[in-house]
Amino acid sequence: MDIRTTGDPATEEEIAAIDGLLGEPESLWQGGERHPADDHVAHGGRAVRSRRHLLLPVLHAIQDRTGWVSRGGLEYACRRLSIPPAEAYGVVSFYARFALQPRGALALHVCDDIACKCAGADELCAALEKDFGAPGGAWHRSPCLGLCDRAPAALVEGAGADYEARQIAPVTFAEADGVLRGGAWPHNHSTPLSPTLSPGGRGGLLRRVGVVDPRSVDSYLDHGGFAALRRAREMGAEAVIHEVTDARLLGRGGAAFPTGRKWESVRKADARPHYLVCNADESEPGTFKDRVLMENDPFAVVEGMALAAFATGCEKGYLYVRTEYPLARQRIENAIARSRERGLLEIDIEVRRGAGAYICGEETALFNSIEGKRGEPRNKPPFPVEVGLFGKPTVENNVETLINVLDIVIDGGAAYATTGTRDSTGMRLFCVSGHVLKPGLYEVPMGTSLRALIELAEGLGPGRTLQAVLLGGAAGSFVTPAQLDVPLSFEGTRAIGATLGSGAVIVFDDTADMKQMLLRIARFFRDESCGQCVPCRVGTKRQEEILERLLAAPHGDRRADVMLLTDIAQAMRDASICGLGQTAANAIGSGLTQLRVLNG
Amino acid sequence: MFGAGGGTSSYREAEETNLIILWGSNARETHPIFFHHVLRGVRNGARLVAVDPRRTSSAEWADVWLGIDVGSDIALANAMAREIIHAGLADKEFIARATTGYEEFERCVEAYTLERAEAETGVPAAAISEVALDYARAERGMICWTLGITEHHNAVDNVLALINLALLTGKVGRYGCGLNPLRGQNNVQGGGDMGAIPARLPGFQDLEDPAIHEKFARAWSGADFPSKKGWHLSEMFEAMDRGDLRSVYIVGENPARSEADQTRAVRLLSGLDHLVVQDIFLTQTAELAHVVLPAAAGWAESEGTVTNSERRVQRVRRALEPPPGARDDIDIIGELAQRLGCGWGRPTAEQVWDECRRLSPMHAGMAYRRLDELGGLQWPCPDESHPGTQFLHARLWKEPAEGAPAPFHAVEHDPPVDRLTEEFPIRLTTGRRLDSFNTGVQSGGYTSPLRKGEALLISPEDGKRIDVEDGEAVRASSRRGSVEVRVRYERSLRPGLAFMTLHFPDQVSTNVLTIDATDPKSGTAEFKASAIRIDKLTRVPAT
Amino acid sequence: MAEPVFVGLPRKLVGVTIDGRDIEMTEGSTILDACRQLEVDTPTLCQLDTLTPINVCRVCVVELEGSRVLVPACSRKVEAGMKIATDSDRVRHSRRLVLELLASSVDMSLCSPRVHGWMARYGATPARFGSEVATVAQPVKVDNDLYVRDYSRCILCYKCVEACGVDAQNTFAIGVAGRGFDAHISTEFDVGLPDSACVYCGNCIGVCPTGALMFKSEHDMRAAGTWDESRQSVTETVCPYCGVGCMLELHVQDNTIVKVTSPLDNSVTAGHLCVKGRFGFEFVQRRRS
Repeated sequence: MDIRTTGDPATEEEIAAIDGLLGEPESLWQGGERHPADDHVAHGGRAVRSRRHLLLPVLHAIQDRTGWVSRGGLEYACRRLSIPPAEAYGVVSFYARFALQPRGALALHVCDDIACKCAGADELCAALEKDFGAPGGAWHRSPCLGLCDRAPAALVEGAGADYEARQIAPVTFAEADGVLRGGAWPHNHSTPLSPTLSPGGRGGLLRRVGVVDPRSVDSYLDHGGFAALRRAREMGAEAVIHEVTDARLLGRGGAAFPTGRKWESVRKADARPHYLVCNADESEPGTFKDRVLMENDPFAVVEGMALAAFATGCEKGYLYVRTEYPLARQRIENAIARSRERGLLEIDIEVRRGAGAYICGEETALFNSIEGKRGEPRNKPPFPVEVGLFGKPTVENNVETLINVLDIVIDGGAAYATTGTRDSTGMRLFCVSGHVLKPGLYEVPMGTSLRALIELAEGLGPGRTLQAVLLGGAAGSFVTPAQLDVPLSFEGTRAIGATLGSGAVIVFDDTADMKQMLLRIARFFRDESCGQCVPCRVGTKRQEEILERLLAAPHGDRRADVMLLTDIAQAMRDASICGLGQTAANAIGSGLTQLRVLNG
Repeated sequence: MFGAGGGTSSYREAEETNLIILWGSNARETHPIFFHHVLRGVRNGARLVAVDPRRTSSAEWADVWLGIDVGSDIALANAMAREIIHAGLADKEFIARATTGYEEFERCVEAYTLERAEAETGVPAAAISEVALDYARAERGMICWTLGITEHHNAVDNVLALINLALLTGKVGRYGCGLNPLRGQNNVQGGGDMGAIPARLPGFQDLEDPAIHEKFARAWSGADFPSKKGWHLSEMFEAMDRGDLRSVYIVGENPARSEADQTRAVRLLSGLDHLVVQDIFLTQTAELAHVVLPAAAGWAESEGTVTNSERRVQRVRRALEPPPGARDDIDIIGELAQRLGCGWGRPTAEQVWDECRRLSPMHAGMAYRRLDELGGLQWPCPDESHPGTQFLHARLWKEPAEGAPAPFHAVEHDPPVDRLTEEFPIRLTTGRRLDSFNTGVQSGGYTSPLRKGEALLISPEDGKRIDVEDGEAVRASSRRGSVEVRVRYERSLRPGLAFMTLHFPDQVSTNVLTIDATDPKSGTAEFKASAIRIDKLTRVPAT
Repeated sequence: MAEPVFVGLPRKLVGVTIDGRDIEMTEGSTILDACRQLEVDTPTLCQLDTLTPINVCRVCVVELEGSRVLVPACSRKVEAGMKIATDSDRVRHSRRLVLELLASSVDMSLCSPRVHGWMARYGATPARFGSEVATVAQPVKVDNDLYVRDYSRCILCYKCVEACGVDAQNTFAIGVAGRGFDAHISTEFDVGLPDSACVYCGNCIGVCPTGALMFKSEHDMRAAGTWDESRQSVTETVCPYCGVGCMLELHVQDNTIVKVTSPLDNSVTAGHLCVKGRFGFEFVQRRRS
């Protein structure tokens, strides 16, 4: 491709970071120095252009090293990967975590999302603003960091040759202050082991969490690790899919698609290769279940991927994890390496790191992101099982879904289906956060009531009353105290117009300012809309503006504005390309109608 | 190609082929819209090979770039042929049914081992072999070329060497296969079609064939016109040099700037007894003329047809009134005929075209009405029900093959005339840039943000060796003359290779450097290969 | 005498119902193709026959029986038995909202009369969102002699990106940068066109539906009040430069070429030109002065 670059050359540091990932350039024509062989022959074209998918890893390498992505660094990356700079710029500027302006090595990301708001994030941010100025310098406001069980949360990154990132949760002002002043980073507070409710005595999906050593393959093997994969190989792919189908397992990422059917389609697809993608881009506000699994039981995730790949005939697997989960990423990478050393893995699994884009949790946006593009969702059909990653048949599963499959293969689909309800089988992980005494990850059978779940989390603080529950995160909807007996199953929540979504359960007591919560959700969608389709791009903006207007002037005639919100909501739901736009008005709509926030 | 002087394929076929070799063509910049079709082919999975001394913007798209030494095309093509034959990939069946001269060709290329080709071309043997086998194995493959092949002293042999490759592998006469010269000017093809070449009458009909001559003479009321072929451009200059040619009538050409060895061209034109120039501008050539006939612009101020590189005859139409005094070419010629005593009247462009259709079978079906409706028609189009011809030479695949078989031609490598020596160690090659055209007469009319003026492009390594900075003025000299020119560093050029254009003759007369070594058959000069030296200017510091 | 012409394999026919009318379409056609065949006027903004459907504007959505959401007519392929409504309340509502949301944030005054007709048909009243809402208004970018870019008119239809990119030019001088409401068309690091990869083919202008991208000649004449399409003629001819033979449409006002385009259905150009074909006409004007 004829690429034109006009910026300053990359710095030595940037070149070292990029070459460290890609190796030295092979020729003058790929950004290197002139070798005698370059004078009379060059190989390029498709072979070079096919490295496009390495763009995000390269961008991370630059930013991890220098703290930001300069024009020179980006252009060198473009030469190495044969990507036009304007396209690469479109990609960098899409992802919130990439900085296009110079900044220091240190970056502290402080979560100000819903669950952290319940734990004083606004006060923390206000105090930081007072001492360190508006966000955007060394500290940044962040959407949900997936540490809601230990709110308020922060993530600190230090760029350099020894890049490091660390989650801090709960974070205090003193700790944040210390970090920003160049002090030592507090150690990641240990995950409080969430109580789990398991059927029978055998233990559920979380049975190894806090029990196995997440760094040791031996420890995993000692706890029955890789038995399911072994069993699957004995049974054969067809039988595995049969069991998964019998289990009536529905995907745990939010869309609740039957896993068996998805696997069957990919297995039968003629085009090759087949790809497996594990969606670990858990970004729905209030959701942290996949993080807990990856941090504490990473070998099970790897085994689940190996099993899915075996059943569906995938040649290659990717695990796409949000960049805000450094520990999970490290544990998974370790688990892949250790498993491969032992000869336990037949499939090649690569970990890919997101860069701050909620939309990349949408399956096709995630494909584009892996391919090195802007995380813009694709129109469906064609569906991923036919035309997915790199245009090939792809099976994409959520982390929790894959963990479920391990037990299905061991116990059999029919046995699995005896737990839960008829239409929602098995156990489900719920991320309970907000105003409960024991926030954490809870495993209950499908169909358990919301009331029982909140009781497991030991309910509200003394003297507090329940105001609302946000079920399913920002893309979900509010449930009122009167609806607490809703069974937590796909069909049970559907019956009251709600959704299980990602399993996020954020509880608000009477002290919560629900107007601020609605505004935060509106801002979240405005921030996270990819901008591709008109209903969502302009609709999320207008939704935020109108909501601000409504909440700022509570006494005027609100009917016209409420009507506008309703109109926008319908167009977003009907005409947006993807689930983000289609659900971007749900929570706000339910806040206005169910919670009557405007009347409060 | 074997009798018909036009590209064998349609542009569309580039989108649906498996392999495209751009040989001596920087189509990305010189034929940008054809390159769109190539890129669609690439997107559809075609491999792209670029053969070019420079790593051009076209080459940057290629899966393989073969950076041959200037003028070593035949060595490369012959070695590729040998590789194909030795790999057993020659299409023996096609060769037997549709070609002649294979044995001699095989004997000839046998001498072109990979080792020899590597020595002549500079291209590693493995890469030559790779491209040869890729081409032979591709189900469909096409070769496209431009002036990198034809602006050489052995231009015709170069073309024949490429034709040999297509015949050897049966890659002509089928959809998605072919041999395509991309024409440099909007009506180069049409000029040939209309007989504006020394040996042909309209429709590529042989002037020296008595039956053809008779047909035209009858149509032209028994007019007496030559029955022997005339001179091509370079022969005309030779004739001027000898004093055999004393009067010249030039229509729409600027040889005072566009000819190689410009000093000589200007001298010869200036010494003519009578020079008439018909042009839309007072060009440098017109300034030498005794009579200048101001003409309307063919593409926007008058009616007519042109033919493109896929043999598509298309209508040009009058959109503007020409400036006062400028007249349509047909009017001027008609008026001249009148003064010479031939009453041709004042035919319209369509009437002239209809006469052409009556005399040229390949154009017979191309009524203006059809050209308008169909956006042009590709020749041959023998009658008004014919849809035009998408690709040529399907006849070779008929059972049995129809018409004359296609001949192989054994051709030998012959390096550029202007030898590199210690005194003139740098190979200067010339070409075009995207936003400019030829001597800049047309393209100089608009302001292009891309245009940076003339410069001598050299590799940074040569720059450092000669001790000149990027942007510094130098003296560039060949055996024929020298010019002062700014240097520009260009990483895509290897050491020893320099590049200039002909676009800015008012800034730098590049053709002072070029050599007029000319192909005897085509009359094209070796613009692509001059030997030069580059000297740092030593300026006396101002006191 | 006629030599074989490659026509491709014959395609299957697929029956669908649109607003109660049955029609058979060749497999691979879109719902939009079917609507056009039935002369159902379907609004489109980001669709162009020569570009890959990108289906981002969503103004062409239709209601497909059995589908939870509306589907884009421009890209959704017909399938046997589809039942489609093009004028249901849901369709009208979404089309209205798309046009309102766009017009409330973008200056659409230079869109074609057809776009204004759709606005009227669907009762779009962009002002109802209020006067204080955010827009994409910004200064016009004039950084070279050939084009201007007025992104306050940009509806982000992606056509220019496609024409600059894989669908035609493959230069990739512009892309979509940023995201959400801040998404915008940009060169790398938003540098001016002369510092970008732009090769001034003008193919982005050729596909722009809103006048956001405009020839400088047109922009200047509009500013001077002399642009008058009613006094313009359009003549088809062939480019005077290389031998590819690109068909040009010369737009002439007062015996002066004011703009050059190429027909979308031309087999040589598909509507696309290079810098010489697009802008290289000046030499015939200069010799008049």
